[in-house]
Amino acid sequence: MPNENMQIKAISGHPGPVAGGNVSRDYDVCKLIDTTTCIGCKACEVACLEWNGYEFRETTFDNTYQTMPDTAWNYWNLIKFNEHEDENGMHLLMRKDQCMHCAEPGCLEACPADGAIVQYANGIVDFNQEHCIGCQYCVTGCPFNIPKFNPTTKKVFKCTLCSDRVGAGLEPACIKSCPTGCLHFGTKEDMKEMAEKRARQVQTTTAYKNAGVYDPDGVGGTHVIYVLHDKDHPERYGGLPKDPRVPIMVRLWKHPLKWLGNIGMLAGIAGVLIHYVRFGPKTVDKKEQTKP
Amino acid sequence: MSTQSVVREGTVVSPGEVVRYNYEERLCHWANGLTYVFCLLTGLAFYSPYLYWLSVVGGGPATSRFLHPWVGVLFFLAVLWMHKLWRREMAHAPEDDDWKQKMKFYVTNQDHLVPPQGRFNAGQKLFYWLMYYCAWVFMISGLIMWFPEKIAGGAHWLLLIMIPVHAVTALISIAGFIIHIYMGVLLVPGGLKGVLYGRVSEEWAAHHHRLWYQKIKKQ
Repeated sequence: MPNENMQIKAISGHPGPVAGGNVSRDYDVCKLIDTTTCIGCKACEVACLEWNGYEFRETTFDNTYQTMPDTAWNYWNLIKFNEHEDENGMHLLMRKDQCMHCAEPGCLEACPADGAIVQYANGIVDFNQEHCIGCQYCVTGCPFNIPKFNPTTKKVFKCTLCSDRVGAGLEPACIKSCPTGCLHFGTKEDMKEMAEKRARQVQTTTAYKNAGVYDPDGVGGTHVIYVLHDKDHPERYGGLPKDPRVPIMVRLWKHPLKWLGNIGMLAGIAGVLIHYVRFGPKTVDKKEQTKP
Repeated sequence: MSTQSVVREGTVVSPGEVVRYNYEERLCHWANGLTYVFCLLTGLAFYSPYLYWLSVVGGGPATSRFLHPWVGVLFFLAVLWMHKLWRREMAHAPEDDDWKQKMKFYVTNQDHLVPPQGRFNAGQKLFYWLMYYCAWVFMISGLIMWFPEKIAGGAHWLLLIMIPVHAVTALISIAGFIIHIYMGVLLVPGGLKGVLYGRVSEEWAAHHHRLWYQKIKKQ
């Protein structure tokens, strides 16, 4: 049943455990993007706009094939183009950039608003704009620079992995539009296997001997994985980080520092009350002003 | 002999009382207090999930998020106003060092062993300068947190530093604030009335601020 996969697994800024958590069988979804067969046609960009109901936004032309410099609050899916040159010539590297749906999402960890970011049991990380307070802390938590702020509505938006479609048993809109079959959607296990198989095929049948799968451990793995021509240089694909992690400042501040502060505030209140019980109020002598 | 109250420096005083804070000083103090408390409560809502309910103070989470920086600006302006009024009196005085050395007598309510103090004792001055510098850090880090998308084409990396800086500053100011409220409301009877109505008894003035009392008596 698709709805079981939409069970909430984690909630941002929420005290206590998730109600009804951990009761269903693991069933992770995953999007596989094979950069070796992407032709940069941008059908996925159009499909994303169509399904999510956005009109094409204004952009800047900077003499590349890339539609715009970066994803935007109303443009969640962008193919990043990079002309990489090495001793074998020029390689036009193309990577579909969108939310990676991390297993350990930094956005969710950084968010202070109860219910603004949720992670479903199937791995999708989703923003609930009605609970978003527009603080943009999620932006600091994301190692992929994905959440984007809408200055008019003061809400943050990003790719939902078409949680509305997936919840109804459909594949994401981008997957449906891809003409070369470089996009696949299924369980994480199946996609991982397919990706490894394709990487081995690229290694043995092409000159890209270092082809491999991108599923970074630093964020607990992702629910969007890539097959890259050169797994050791993901940064060549429009700045895909080599070892993405939730920034140390976010982790430090959300856990040890915050608890130190909580304990400090409680200790301060307890301290002054104990002081009052021990010493009581200061008393003023009635004949004070006549003293020397 | 008259027992009539008189109005001096915008303050109603009866015989046996002196003006502790004039009208403008009281207004300024409460402008600081109200804006600080609003920012404190809405800020704590964003600080801890267990305190998120405090955002009702600002009219819900998103509205609190909207109002917090604006009220923060008002707090900063109130601090500047207070600085204009009190910065000379908050400057370091010779008796302050002696007070700090003998602070343990003050803390343990052995006030007769504490050296005489001017209008503000060294502890009050400490709290004043703590809040003054906190206000600057609040304002600078807060501005960056307010408009990260407008600074240098997106200064979200700066938020990584500014969010903890803003929060640690808040914790430091809260430490001072807890002591300030405790002393004003519980530890020093007459202190709260002094800053509400502006008047204190002559005994109170002589006991807590002898040098200041002697000075105003000479005038």
